[in-house]
Amino acid sequence: MQIIQPEEVLAESYPPLSEHEALVEANRCLYCYDAPCTQACPTHIDIPKFIKKIATENLVGSARTILESNLMGASCARVCPVQELCEGACVLNAEEKPIMIGRLQRYATDHVYQRNIEVFRAGSATGKKIAVVGAGPASLTCAGELAKLGHRVTVFEKRELPGGLSTYGIIVLREPVEVALAEVEMVKRLGVEVKTGLELGRNLSLEELRAGHDAIFLGVGLGSVPAMGIPGEEHILDGLNYIEASKMNPHNLEVGQNVVVIGAGNTAVDCATVAKRLGAQQVTMVYRRTDQEMTAYPHEYAFAKNEGIEFRFLSQPLGVLSEGGRVSGLRCVRMELGAPDASGRPAPQPVTGSEFVLKADQVVKAIGQEKPSLAKLLGLATEKGYIKVSDDLETSLPGVYAGGDCVRSRGSASTVMAVQDGKLAAFAIHRKLMPQGVAADD
Amino acid sequence: MADLRINFAGIKSPNPFWLASAPPSNSGAQVHKAFEAGWGGVVWKTIGAPVLNVSNRYGAWHYGSQKMLAINNVELISDRPLEVNLAEIRDVKRHWPGRAVVVSAMVESNPEAWRDIILKIEDSGADGIELNYGCPHGMSERGMGAAVGQVPEYCEQITRWVMDVAKIPVIVKLTPNVSSVVPPAKAAIAAGANALSLINTINSIVAVDLDTLEITPNIGGKGGHGGYAGPAVKPIALNMLSSLGTDEVVRKSGLPISGMGGISTWKDAAEFLLLGASSLQVCTAVMHYGFRIIEDLCDGLSNWMDSKGFRTIDEVVGKSLNRISDFKDFDLSFRAVARIDPDKCIQCNLCYVACNDTAHQCIDLVDANGNLVQPYAYDVRSNGKRQAVSTRAQPQVREEDCVGCRLCYNVCPVEDCIEMVELPSGRASVTWDELSRNKTEVTTDWEAMKKYREEVGIEIH
Repeated sequence: MQIIQPEEVLAESYPPLSEHEALVEANRCLYCYDAPCTQACPTHIDIPKFIKKIATENLVGSARTILESNLMGASCARVCPVQELCEGACVLNAEEKPIMIGRLQRYATDHVYQRNIEVFRAGSATGKKIAVVGAGPASLTCAGELAKLGHRVTVFEKRELPGGLSTYGIIVLREPVEVALAEVEMVKRLGVEVKTGLELGRNLSLEELRAGHDAIFLGVGLGSVPAMGIPGEEHILDGLNYIEASKMNPHNLEVGQNVVVIGAGNTAVDCATVAKRLGAQQVTMVYRRTDQEMTAYPHEYAFAKNEGIEFRFLSQPLGVLSEGGRVSGLRCVRMELGAPDASGRPAPQPVTGSEFVLKADQVVKAIGQEKPSLAKLLGLATEKGYIKVSDDLETSLPGVYAGGDCVRSRGSASTVMAVQDGKLAAFAIHRKLMPQGVAADD
Repeated sequence: MADLRINFAGIKSPNPFWLASAPPSNSGAQVHKAFEAGWGGVVWKTIGAPVLNVSNRYGAWHYGSQKMLAINNVELISDRPLEVNLAEIRDVKRHWPGRAVVVSAMVESNPEAWRDIILKIEDSGADGIELNYGCPHGMSERGMGAAVGQVPEYCEQITRWVMDVAKIPVIVKLTPNVSSVVPPAKAAIAAGANALSLINTINSIVAVDLDTLEITPNIGGKGGHGGYAGPAVKPIALNMLSSLGTDEVVRKSGLPISGMGGISTWKDAAEFLLLGASSLQVCTAVMHYGFRIIEDLCDGLSNWMDSKGFRTIDEVVGKSLNRISDFKDFDLSFRAVARIDPDKCIQCNLCYVACNDTAHQCIDLVDANGNLVQPYAYDVRSNGKRQAVSTRAQPQVREEDCVGCRLCYNVCPVEDCIEMVELPSGRASVTWDELSRNKTEVTTDWEAMKKYREEVGIEIH
């Protein structure tokens, strides 16, 4: 039997562009004016500008152009659903094929990270102190932007490593851990202090933070994958933990032979991919609606099918079957689509007498994440369970801002949306703390 | 099938394409290979005075992903022994009697040297001689090449020495490194030359190396001007070619002109023919892609001629010369405006920025309801392709303000998306020449001009 090396099968799927590939691709860009790619990018990176700079071999300038709008540009270059964003809006979709914007962005940002080139410097000190809770993309962006403006920023992270989902929650095929940690280092070099192992509500209090800081930003993300509420629940693995194990400790990740993944979002696809790549013979994704309603992007769906992952649509898990403490199957019922529900999507209804059992020795759930529990703890106003914020990303507590997945009551959660929140929150905090507009630019 | 044969000043060739006197025609082996590929003729790399060459020799100008839009060289004339060249010329001509073999020559400026080289070339069996009055580097420092071509008197004198001896057709090759090629051309005509050719390479420094600060090409830390050639010089060559075709003296002389300077495709070739060239020489394109390009040069030209009903090369030669005119004779009342086809437009907005930043500010961005939109007006919270694409504004020309500058047409990346539409101006046809003769004050006084514009209805915003 062939021995599977996790480092090989889970390695970043796209190779970096060669210099030649990057130049040819950059020269193919039309350099649109008021380009649709830039509008489609949630952080509005001036894409034609950074691509033009690749074409002129000004790679430091190119990276700076990217990072000025998106401090997590190296992560976003890898994890953004570019088909839905910049590349999806490229005018060349009409003529030939879109520019490989994501991979060019990676080419430029890799250039500065691999050479330890400092793109930004901390601004001159304002004397203001800001606490940032959480160390994911929204928090790191907010912290970095504030440091660029001269504020003293401390990041408080509950986990061992900073980086949030970039570090723990995105499979290596899409983003290696080192990329996320390099971004953390970049932010630290701007003077941001990162303290790990500190969790708000556990060993850190809001009062403490408020006493010592002029403003607070919460980029705490969401919680674990919610309970299914079905018999055998205790046998179901949390998809995020599954992905985390594939990144942090892949040799010790036990993967079944028949893996069933519940859910059909992008995280579910990632879990299924990990299982398949690590040797599962059969990987089946179970979803109670159809491919029309699932939240995985079309390109992710295509990717999964290409990996040999099977899909069981219109199937609702009813319980995990086990024999002697070991999972033996997942009992499901067939569904049919009825009238639209609260989400506007057709509500699935069970079909009487259509129960069936999927053979499984491992069941993983990836059906979204729990709403932020911190909102209740801190007494923050919420919207659909998410932290409610103003246009300036300020919560119901004055001086306390929030961004990223924890405020994503509308739209889909993504790294790039979190970055934009962090950036806008940083500017809003700066405006509030520095009404005279000191050091607005470096 | 069009007949591509030519008879150029008595030199016959199965097609009008000759390798120009340059590295591709440096040896018998190369010329054999070129003729096997289908080239109609060759102008052998210049033979004559003894030389030594250097390395590096060639620099190039690249743009975007396109390599070698132009080449620049400091290579001299043939550095192979004269007798070797002559023997190979003889051998080539014996093997390829139906192809044109012209030999380029350049020697010191004295009648004996020229007499000697002409006799040797004729003895080789060559069909013609090209006098290299154009080499802009190295040889010119020694009083040859461009040093001759830039002074009509020298040009005439040396051509006379040659014509006294020569029994085969003599082509005088002109340098472009002059303010006008007409005086040297007239000098060659006066001396009895049988034909002209142009252009030789243009003085140039092609690049400075930004790592080493050295000149490109770098010759042991030094560099200097070299001869510039390739696609980028074509417009300059076409202008010089047409300046000969429109000159009274040159035209009346009836001397055929061999055209060169950036010919890379059959389209370039057709343009040279239309502006008066009756044989065509190619170098840079061959140096870039090899002899094989001859196939499409002939095939494309032949198909185009068929589509246009031209049966022979002669029918094409000079066909567009009558359209070359001076500005003063242009119709000032001719009106064209740009029109953008919204079905073809991909909304890259290159026309918009070009027009608004650098031309005449007559392209607007218009939304689906016909309202004007300012660029970059979207909300910072906008995200995703759907919003970006569905709200994308359409560039639209305000025809009443369009001056017909044609910049948008030139920058548009989509084929046939922007059209220059001819519209009636509502004004009687008039040229500047007529104005200066009939309404002199309008051409000399702004107040009179203002009045005239009001009178005929010319509004400039």
